[in-house]
Amino acid sequence: MNLLSQTILLAPSLEEGGAAHAPVVAPDTGAGGVFDLLWLVIALPLLGAFLLLAVAPFLPASAKATADRHGHLLGTAMSALSFVLSLVLFLSLLGRGAEQRQVGQHLWTWFETGSINVGMDLLYDQLAALFLLLITGVGSLIHVYAIGYMEHDPRRRRFFGYLNLFVAAMLTLILSANFVGLFLGWEGVGLASYLLIGFWQHKPSAAAAAKKAFVINRVGDIGLSLAIALMFATFGTTDFGGVSEVAGEASQSTLNALGLLLLLGACGKSAQVPLQAWLLDAMEGPTPVSALIHAATMVTAGVYLVVRSNFIFELTPVAQTAVVVVATVTLLWGAVLGCAKDDIKKALAGSTMSQIGYMMLAAGLGPVGYPFAIFHLLTHGFFKANMFLGAGSVMHGMDDDVDMRHYGALNKAMPVTFLTFAMGYLAIIGFPGFSGFWSKDRIIESALADNLLVGLLALLGAGITAFYMTRLMLMTFFTEKRWAKDVHPHESPRVMTVPLIVLAALSVLGGVLLLGDWIVNWLEPVTGAAEHHEPPLPALVITLIITAVVAIGVATAWFLVGKRDVPRAAPQDVSFATRAARADLYGDAFNDAVVVRPGASLVGGLATFDRVGVDGAVEGGSAAVGGLSTTMRRLQNGFVRSYALSVLAGALLLVLALLAVNLA
Amino acid sequence: MTQYVVLSAILFTIGCVGVLTRRNALVVFMCVELMLNACNLAFVAFARQHGNLDGQITAFFVMVVAAAEVVIGLAIIMTIFRTRRSASVDDASLLKY
Amino acid sequence: MTFWILAPLMVLAALGILFVRKAVHAALLLAVVMIGLAFLYAVMDAPFLFAVQIIVYTGAILMLFLFVMMLIGVDASDSTVETIRGQRAMAIVLGLLFGTVLVVGISQVTYGTVVGLDTANSGGNVPAIANILFSRYVFAFEATSALLITAVLGAMVLAHRERLTPKPTQAALAAQRIRDYAEHGKHPGPLPSPGVYARHNAVDTPALLPDGTAAESSVSRVLAARGTVRSAPALADDIDDVTRQIGDPAHMPETSGKAGSPENTTEDVK
Repeated sequence: MNLLSQTILLAPSLEEGGAAHAPVVAPDTGAGGVFDLLWLVIALPLLGAFLLLAVAPFLPASAKATADRHGHLLGTAMSALSFVLSLVLFLSLLGRGAEQRQVGQHLWTWFETGSINVGMDLLYDQLAALFLLLITGVGSLIHVYAIGYMEHDPRRRRFFGYLNLFVAAMLTLILSANFVGLFLGWEGVGLASYLLIGFWQHKPSAAAAAKKAFVINRVGDIGLSLAIALMFATFGTTDFGGVSEVAGEASQSTLNALGLLLLLGACGKSAQVPLQAWLLDAMEGPTPVSALIHAATMVTAGVYLVVRSNFIFELTPVAQTAVVVVATVTLLWGAVLGCAKDDIKKALAGSTMSQIGYMMLAAGLGPVGYPFAIFHLLTHGFFKANMFLGAGSVMHGMDDDVDMRHYGALNKAMPVTFLTFAMGYLAIIGFPGFSGFWSKDRIIESALADNLLVGLLALLGAGITAFYMTRLMLMTFFTEKRWAKDVHPHESPRVMTVPLIVLAALSVLGGVLLLGDWIVNWLEPVTGAAEHHEPPLPALVITLIITAVVAIGVATAWFLVGKRDVPRAAPQDVSFATRAARADLYGDAFNDAVVVRPGASLVGGLATFDRVGVDGAVEGGSAAVGGLSTTMRRLQNGFVRSYALSVLAGALLLVLALLAVNLA
Repeated sequence: MTQYVVLSAILFTIGCVGVLTRRNALVVFMCVELMLNACNLAFVAFARQHGNLDGQITAFFVMVVAAAEVVIGLAIIMTIFRTRRSASVDDASLLKY
Repeated sequence: MTFWILAPLMVLAALGILFVRKAVHAALLLAVVMIGLAFLYAVMDAPFLFAVQIIVYTGAILMLFLFVMMLIGVDASDSTVETIRGQRAMAIVLGLLFGTVLVVGISQVTYGTVVGLDTANSGGNVPAIANILFSRYVFAFEATSALLITAVLGAMVLAHRERLTPKPTQAALAAQRIRDYAEHGKHPGPLPSPGVYARHNAVDTPALLPDGTAAESSVSRVLAARGTVRSAPALADDIDDVTRQIGDPAHMPETSGKAGSPENTTEDVK
């Protein structure tokens, strides 16, 4: 906080008389030099995806075989090039003065209808820079890892095409300078997520999981698209700059609605309660996908959205409170799930949900929390990607068995995986000195300063995190062997372990970003300066308490798991809490009962109504007319004398009518 | 006066029933002629009633038209008989449902 | 007075049309009705229509009916069995209703005094009609002429039959006859003439074959259909009876129609 006075871009918002706390986004579009290549960051992986997905299948057979054999190298190269470019851009940004660190690039006018004008604009600022590094960096490592992981998959080229498509979409999401462009990337990552979760489409469970993720994400997307429409209606623009400038002029109810709709969007993408149900099922995808999309990058898009929309959330305490509530519920929800799952990937997925809850919690706290949300997002990206890849490495060695009850004592068999996983483990539980320690510690501290109850719940979450991660660690790498008979665990190839080592190093060292509050100051022009709240206790005491809670969690796990025999089959006579946690805390049951089954019966009723009522009326009407015609056409019997009889009857009626009129 | 019109009505009705009950096309035609004649009788009677000759003129035109009708009608009966060997109106009943 | 004599006659004749089976009888009954009408016209001061009714209706139209009847067969008598279910009953019920309603309705009307045609016919009925016909109704009259010409053309077109094959020549007919004999065994010569006997000679009597049976092809099929064919032996027996009663035995041997009869043969030998 000592650099507070240096922030220059804070000035415009202060001039508005405190109506808006958030800084105005004012990109410098006249940037030159290396920043002119900003579009290339997106274009490179997009080109890779295009070549791998749209060009390769139409090549001649021999060239196609070559593409199938070497396509993954192209995909990895594109991602790596993008990373190099991001790094160059980041260094260039570092070289600039603090007031010049918002770089805009106008590519083309996307569409222009009446007063609505949407440009394909890019915005490269301090927030985007960090995300760019995370996405391209971790993404490239996972590309490398996937070369080994997907080695024997016949559709590897397509897999890398999807990965590149995902990276391009995620970068679009991050770099877009308006909400419409963000939505484009948002939907793009949704599509890539769908394609990758269902990549092993021959498995019905994978196909169902992909569909489930897609459908639940649509619920969130409705929130985001409505928010965008509301912005068009209220502000006439969706540019971050334009909206941040005039956000204070909107009515409070509009801002509340806007904030809640954005939160709904964030909930869908980031698997927050109540739209959390898809994330655990999404683990059906290949493990690199789980690491990249469903741990490190895509699921954090919701956090990015909240932080990026800080100029809206700052004006609507209602939405901010909602964010905090959702986040707190989710962080505990995910942690409880993590405790009960025996599937290593699902346990990690529950952990992911929980950690994103921490990020959202920080994001809901306002300017004081935004930097820590991003900070935790980055460190989480490192250590969770690390652990997912480690889990993938374990599965690789265990013949794709995911049940932790069949593991045990793998530390000897897979030393590299074990050591790197241990780094991730220490980081996530918040072992002092590791990256997770710094980030989570600051979040809990801020939460305690903001609201005691929320802070205590976050503290409890930290304890549960320590418990379930220790349980996972013990069941996988310690205790006695519970392997299946013909399984011979072995260390993964170098191409898989090197990314693990790099990510492990990042997990350990991620905390350096907080040195001298660097990240806080770095992000301050974007997120605004925080008013410093004095925590109820001295920071050091809080840190000690957190560490103590974590230690209790670890010890509990040690006594409950490490000291006992782990049965190979999950015991069935368990407490209600365990049963509930195994059933995803009845999230799916809730969805089924509240949405799916009423929806199904509604649709069934409508279908029945359509079949019986509408079709019955239409077809019955036609059948009645047809039947009447069949009967009536018998009158047309071809005998001219019958017709003459009808004429006589008509004449009789006519005469009778005449008489009736004349004599009446 | 009334008696002429009543006779006309009776003859007309008999002609109607004849058309409806007889099947020989020639007899049916004769019954149609009977109906036309019944009308003529009424025309002539009313001409006398009103004291002008318009009724008689109309009766005259009716006769001319009846002559033309008979010529064509009989030619049609001839043609049908030539192909179907039958003069029954019930036999020409293919134009139906 | 004339009316009260003619009216029942006409009604009876009209009813007769409904019930007679043969078309010829119906035509004759219709003639009765029409002539009755003609007399009524005369009574009602319409001498021109009286003449036209006799000439055009009874003379021309009815003759046309009879002519067509001759063409399509006099024997085309009407079957009295009703084929359309309920047609006859409905026709009678409706007809009675219609007639009753008409008669009742007409008798309810008061017509007032009859003006009479004395004034209108003062210069004679025919000149008076001519005056109106060629002045006020001249266009209708011309249209009638067009109608008549159209009717004539229509009748010609309808009655005319297009010849689709060339008319066979005598040589072709002879060749056909021989071919029929070769293929179907049909007798190539003319049909046998009907029986021609010394004592009896008529087209309704079939000729006799050598074995004494009647040759059916020698008599017109129409006669056979009517059932009016007589047999020669029966005739011969009749004649023999008559001759025997007369008592003239001289003719007996010659006139035996029973060819091959043993007694006659012996008589012939004697």
